[in-house]
Amino acid sequence: MSDLITLTIDGVEVSVAKGTRIADAAKRIGNDIPVFCHHPKLEPVGMCRMCLVEVGLPVRDRATGALLTNADGSPQLNFGRGLQTACTIQVSEGMVVRTATEPVLEARKSVIEFLLTSHPLDCPICDKGGECPLQNLTMAHGVGQSRMHFGDKLKLDKHVPLGDLIYLDRERCIQCARCIRFQEEVVDDPVIRFHNRGRSLEIVTLSDPGFDSVWSGNTTDICPVGALTTADFRFGARPWELTPVASICPHCPVGCNTTMSTRREAMANGRTVIKRIMPRQNEAVNEIWICDKGRFVHHFADHANRLTQPLIRQNGKLVETSWGEALDFVAGKLQIDAHMVAGLAGARLSNEDLFAFQRLFRDGLKSQNIDLAKRRLAGGDVAAQVGLSSGSNLKDLGKGDAILVVASDLHDEAPVWWLRVKQAAERGATLVVANARATRLDAFAAFSLHYEAGQALATVNQLVSMAKVETDTAVTNDIVSAAEALFKAENLVIFYGSEGLAYDETDALAKLLGNLLLIENGHKHAGRVNNGLVPVWPHNNTQGAWDMGVHPAYAPGYKPVKEAGLDATAVYAAVANGDLKALYIAGADPVGDGLMPDRGKLDFLVVQELFLTDTAVLADVVLPAQSWAEREGTFTTGERRVQRYYPAIPVVGQSRPDWQILAQIGERVGLGKPAFAASLTFKDVARIVPQYKGMDYRTLAQVEKQWPDVGGEDLYYGGNAYENRSGLGQQWPVTAEKSAVAHFDVPTVKTGRKDGLQMMWTAVLYAPGTLVDCSDVIAPRKAQPVAALHGTDAARLAVADGDWVEVMVNGTAVQVTVRVDDRAPVGLVLVAGVPWWPGTAVADLKKIVAAALAVN
Amino acid sequence: MANLLLRHRDIPDLHKIDVYRKHGGYEALHKAITEMTPQGVIDVVRSSGLRGRGGAGFPTGVKWSFIPKGPGEKYVVINTDESETGTFKDRELSEKNPHQVIEGAIIAAYSIGAKTIYNYFRGEFMDAGYAMEEAIREAYAAGFLGKNILGSDFSCDFYCHYGAGAYICGEETALINSLQGELGQPWSKPPFPAVEGLYRRPTVVNNTETLANVPLILVNGADWYMSLGTDKSPGVKIVCMSGHVEKPGNYEVELGVTYRELLAMAGGMRDGKKFKALLPSGGSGPVITEKALDAPLTYEGLTPHGSVMGSASVIVMDETTDMVWAALKMLHFFKHESCGKCTPCREGTFWMEKLLHRIYEGHGTPQDVQTLESVANQIGGRTLCALGDFAINPVLSTIKHFPEEYRAKVQGSANGQVKAAARTAVA
Ligand SMILES: Cc1cc2nc3c(=O)[nH]c(=O)nc-3n(C[C@H](O)[C@H](O)[C@H](O)COP(=O)(O)O)c2cc1C
Ligand code: SF4
Ligand code: SF4
Ligand code: SF4
Ligand code: FES
Repeated sequence: MSDLITLTIDGVEVSVAKGTRIADAAKRIGNDIPVFCHHPKLEPVGMCRMCLVEVGLPVRDRATGALLTNADGSPQLNFGRGLQTACTIQVSEGMVVRTATEPVLEARKSVIEFLLTSHPLDCPICDKGGECPLQNLTMAHGVGQSRMHFGDKLKLDKHVPLGDLIYLDRERCIQCARCIRFQEEVVDDPVIRFHNRGRSLEIVTLSDPGFDSVWSGNTTDICPVGALTTADFRFGARPWELTPVASICPHCPVGCNTTMSTRREAMANGRTVIKRIMPRQNEAVNEIWICDKGRFVHHFADHANRLTQPLIRQNGKLVETSWGEALDFVAGKLQIDAHMVAGLAGARLSNEDLFAFQRLFRDGLKSQNIDLAKRRLAGGDVAAQVGLSSGSNLKDLGKGDAILVVASDLHDEAPVWWLRVKQAAERGATLVVANARATRLDAFAAFSLHYEAGQALATVNQLVSMAKVETDTAVTNDIVSAAEALFKAENLVIFYGSEGLAYDETDALAKLLGNLLLIENGHKHAGRVNNGLVPVWPHNNTQGAWDMGVHPAYAPGYKPVKEAGLDATAVYAAVANGDLKALYIAGADPVGDGLMPDRGKLDFLVVQELFLTDTAVLADVVLPAQSWAEREGTFTTGERRVQRYYPAIPVVGQSRPDWQILAQIGERVGLGKPAFAASLTFKDVARIVPQYKGMDYRTLAQVEKQWPDVGGEDLYYGGNAYENRSGLGQQWPVTAEKSAVAHFDVPTVKTGRKDGLQMMWTAVLYAPGTLVDCSDVIAPRKAQPVAALHGTDAARLAVADGDWVEVMVNGTAVQVTVRVDDRAPVGLVLVAGVPWWPGTAVADLKKIVAAALAVN
Repeated sequence: MANLLLRHRDIPDLHKIDVYRKHGGYEALHKAITEMTPQGVIDVVRSSGLRGRGGAGFPTGVKWSFIPKGPGEKYVVINTDESETGTFKDRELSEKNPHQVIEGAIIAAYSIGAKTIYNYFRGEFMDAGYAMEEAIREAYAAGFLGKNILGSDFSCDFYCHYGAGAYICGEETALINSLQGELGQPWSKPPFPAVEGLYRRPTVVNNTETLANVPLILVNGADWYMSLGTDKSPGVKIVCMSGHVEKPGNYEVELGVTYRELLAMAGGMRDGKKFKALLPSGGSGPVITEKALDAPLTYEGLTPHGSVMGSASVIVMDETTDMVWAALKMLHFFKHESCGKCTPCREGTFWMEKLLHRIYEGHGTPQDVQTLESVANQIGGRTLCALGDFAINPVLSTIKHFPEEYRAKVQGSANGQVKAAARTAVA
C-alpha cells in the first residue's frame, strides 16, 4: 500500500499508515513510549510532555531535493532543536526516532518528578492504585525521591462530586484533559471543562444536574490516575483483589462487551459480589466504551428481593415449595389441549433459555402458541435475509457511505450505536434520520426527515421509491436529496426502530427498508460487507429470540411453521375471554408493563422470574431463575453477533438457569434427559439453527489481537478490565450473502389512527423498571413520567411547564408532568417514563388539580 | 527623523480620520486595492524585510504567503493583548494612531483574502479599545470597511474583542481559543494558525505594531523600508523604556541603535544612580549587564550575550536593585500567568517560586539554588509553548550574572541549612 510510511525507532524499522503518530507507531513494535495525556481514541494534544523523544528527519539538498548522505553512506539526519512529543508528531518517510537516549530518559524522569510534586501519593487508599498509569510510569521512569519540600505541596479538595455518579479528587488530577476531551470529542457531551489556570486548573461541570452525560463512567476508565471515581465503586476494593469476569451487557441490543470485577466480601457474608462493571475491548462492538446504564445497572443481580425458592399457591397464598414438587405440578398442569396452553417469554433471556422455551412448547406440548411478551418490533425475518452482513464493523463506515436511521432514538435506545453512527457521520458518512421528532442524532445528520405522526411508512416509501432512480436534480427537497445520497452510497447501513409505530407498521417498515437494500444501482447493498439492516430491538436479546424461534410463525432458524400459533396480542385476548387455560411466562412482566390487566380466565399461570413481579404475584407457581451474572450463556446482538458471557457471582438461593428449568419440565413431558450445561444446550442450538452452524462455546471464545492496544502489557492504557481474553463473538451470515433474495411484499397497513392531538411513547435510557429501580446510584437519574409538548399545543390546552396531567396508557390513567419544549413537534405529545404502548394514541390530557394528585 | 509609527506625537488629532487622511492616510489601502494584486502586496511586504514586532520576529510577508489561496473563510487577527511586563507600545498606537493599524490590517486582509478582522485587546485596555472602535466606525463611514471597499469587490468587517486578563492569551493559539470563547490555552503546533487557526480556518495573527508598518511600506516601497535599520533587521521599532530611567516611555528608533543609546534617549539613569542590568524583552528575556550595552537593538544583536530583543520592552535596573528580588518578581508573574496546560510549566513555575521565595526570604540553602537551577533546566525546551522558556530566563540569567547575590542570600540564613534538612526528611 502506498499509504504506508516507513520509519526507524531505536533501530527497528516499522511501516505504518500515513497519519499515524510516533507514539502509536512505536506501540506496534512493542516500544511503549510513556504517555499520560495521549490516548489512541482521542485527538492528540501534547500537553503532559511525558512522551518526549528525539526525532530526526532526513536532510535534503535545497536545490535538487535529493537525500543527503554522510561519508559512510548513511542518510544525513536533522534532529532539530530538542525533544519533541511523540504523541503529536505524525510519522514521515525516513524519520528516525530515538527513545532511549540520555536526554529522553532525563526528560521522562523530570516530567514524573513534576507530576509528583503536586500529587498526594495516597496510593494506599486510591481506587486506581494497582492499575494506575502514574504509579506504573513512576516505577518505570521516576527517581523515587522528591526534591520538593513536603510543606510546599498544594492541598486541594479530595471529594468533589461532579454529579451523582462521578467524584473528583482535585489533588490526584494531573490535568491531562483525557476526561474533558472524551466528553467533547468522543461523545459530544461537553459538560465538564477546565476552569482557572496554572496550578489552580480544575475540572468543573457545566451541567445541571452535574456531569449530565450517559457516558460519564468512561472518564473514570481513561483517567490515568485515581482522580475520577464512580459513586458505585469508590473505596470499594483494591484492583488486585478483583477477579475479572467477562460478560455481556444485558440492557440493549448493542451487546457491549464488559468485564465484571468481582470480590468475596465480608460485608456480603463472604459471598462473591460484583464490585464494578467496565468495558472490555471489542473493536467491532463497543470498542472500549459502555454507557452508564451498562456500568451502573447491575445491582438487581444480587438484590435482596431476588426470588430464592420455588413458590406455589396454597389456600390463595404463595408459599415456598421444593423444585421437585413445583416442576411436577407445572408439568402436569401444562399437559392439556395444546391449543389451550401458551408461553410468553422476555427478550432478556439467553439463547439457550429461549431455545429450551420453544422446545418445551413445540416439541413437548405440541403448541405453537409462543411469542415474546412484548411485541414491539417486527422484522427479524427480514434481517435474517438482508441484515448487516457478517464481518461488518460500523467503524469502517465513512466518506462515501450512508447510514439511515428510522423511527428510533439511538441515543437512549442503544447508546453505543448512537456513538458509532455519530462517529461514522463525523468521518464523512452521510447520515439520514427519519423520525416524527428531533433526536440527538439530528445534529450529525445530513438530512433530518421529520414526518407527521402516522406518516412514517408513507415517508419511507417515498424515500425508497426515489432512491431507485437517479433523481431529477431540478426538484430539491430533503427527501429527494436524501434519496439521492442513499442512491449514491457505496455502503448503506439502515437502523430502524418502533418509535410511534404499531407492530404491523414495523413489519411493513422492515420490508420497505429491505427492498431499499435490494435495489440494484450498479451494486446492491444487501449481502455486502458493511451493508444491511439493523433492527433497534427493545431488549438485549430480541435478536436471539427471533433466531431461536420464539415466534408463533417461525421455528428456530426462521423455518415457517405449518400453522401459526397465537401471537402475544391474541394470547392476552384469549386470557381475558377464556380461550386459554394455561399460560407460562418466562422473564417477562406483562401485568407490570400494562399489557395484561390480570390473569383473566386462566386456570393456571406459571411465572419464571428473578423477582416477584406484578405478574408473578398472580401466578399459581413462581419459579426462581438465575440472572445473567450467575451463569453462562449467549446473547445475540442486533448486529447478529453471538456472544458469550460467563458466571461471575454465586447462585442466589435455589434459583436455576431458565434453560434448565424449562428442560426439567420438558423431561417431565417426555423430552428426555435435560442437558446438564448451557454449552450443551448451545450445541443443540448450533445443530438445529442453521445460522448458528459451526458455533460452539470455544469458537465464541476466540480472540485475536486488537488495535489500538489497550489493556495489554503496557503501563498506561491498562487496568484489569479492557483486555479481551474471553471472546469476540461470531456474527452469523444473512441469506443475501450467499444467495439471491427476492424483493419483499410490503403489506398495506391500516393504522386506524384517529384525528386529533397525538401522543407518542419515547424511550429513555434510565426508564423505571425492575432493573433500574434496584440501582441506588442511578436513582437520581431515573426518568420521571413526563409529557413534552410544543408551546403552541400547551397554550391551546392551557397547560404550563410543571403542571400535572393525566394520560391514558394502555387503558390505565397515568399521571405525568408537563414539559413545554418546542423541540416537540406541534400536534404530537412525547411521553416518556411510562409503560410502553404501540403506535401513537390520541392525547387526551386531563389537567390535575393539586388536591387530586396521587401521592407518588 | 520624524516618527513613522508614533506620528501622532508630531500631528495633533491623528486619531481622527480626517486628520489621518490629510496626512496620507488610507492612500496605501487605495493603492493596494486599485493598483495591486493580493500577491503583489504580499511580495512588497516580503521584500521590505518587515518582521513580527510581537516578539518572535517572524517575517511578516512570509507568514502571509503561507495562507492557502482559494475559496473559504480566512481571518486576520490583530494581537493587542500586550501583557508582557514593561510593554506599552500597542496601547499607545491603538489609542493615538488607530487608523494606521486599521489600514495595515485591511491591507493584510486584502492580501490573504480575508473578509473578517478581529482585534484582540488585553482586557484592561478599555481606553485603547474604545479609541480604536471609534476609529473603526469612522473607517466604515468612509467606506474603508464594510461592503465593496473603494468600489472593489473586496469586502471586510472589523470586530474588537476584549480578553479577560491573561498574559497567555497573547500567544497566538491561546488567543484564538480565547477569541472562540474557549479556555485561553495554546495548542501544540502544528497545526499553525496559517493552516488551521480561528474556527479551524487559515488565520494570520499579527502584532499591532507589525501592522502599523504596513501602510508605510506600501506607500514608500520595500526599498525605502529596507534602507531603514540594519541589513538583517530593517525598519523602525518602538522601544518601551521603563524602570530606573529619567524619562520612561515609548521611543521610536531605527533598528540598530545600541542599548546604551536607548538609555541616553530615556534621559539616562534616574537620580544619577549606576546602571546594573536591564531586561531587554520585558520579563521574558534573559537580563543583560553593562557588557552588552553596546550591542545593537536588532533581532540578532543580543545573541552573543545570551539574550533577545523580543518585543523591545526594556526594563532598566540600577545599582540598588536586589536581583534575587527582581527574579522573584518576574517568576511570580509567570507562575501566575502559566496556563497550566503542560506539566513542566505548570508544576515547575509553582515549585520554582516556592524555592526562590524561600531563598529571597533568607531561608534558602545553597542546595535550594542548585535545585532552582535544575528545575529551571527541566522546564526549558520541554514546554508546549514559549511561556515556560520565558519563565526561566530571569532566574537563570540572574543566577549567571549575579551569583554572589544568591550566595549572599543563602549564606545569610544561618539556620537555613538545618531547617531545610528537617523538611527534606519529611518529604
Ligand atoms: C506567552 C506568550 C505571550 C505572547 N504575548 C504576545 C502579546 O502580548 N502580543 C503579541 O503581539 N504577541 C505575543 N506573543 C507572540 C504571538 O504568539 C505571535 O507570535 C505574534 O502575535 C505574531 O505576530 P507578529 O508576527 O506580528 O509578531 C506571545 C507569545 C507567547 C509565547
Ligand atoms: S480528572 Fe483524570 S482524566 Fe481528567 S484531567 Fe484529571 S487526570 Fe486527566
Ligand atoms: S450501549 Fe447498550 S449494551 Fe452497551 S452498555 Fe449501554 S445498555 Fe449496555
Ligand atoms: S508552557 Fe505554560 S503557558 Fe505554555 S502551554 Fe505550557 S503551561 Fe501553558
Ligand atoms: S504530551 Fe505526549 S503523551 Fe502527553
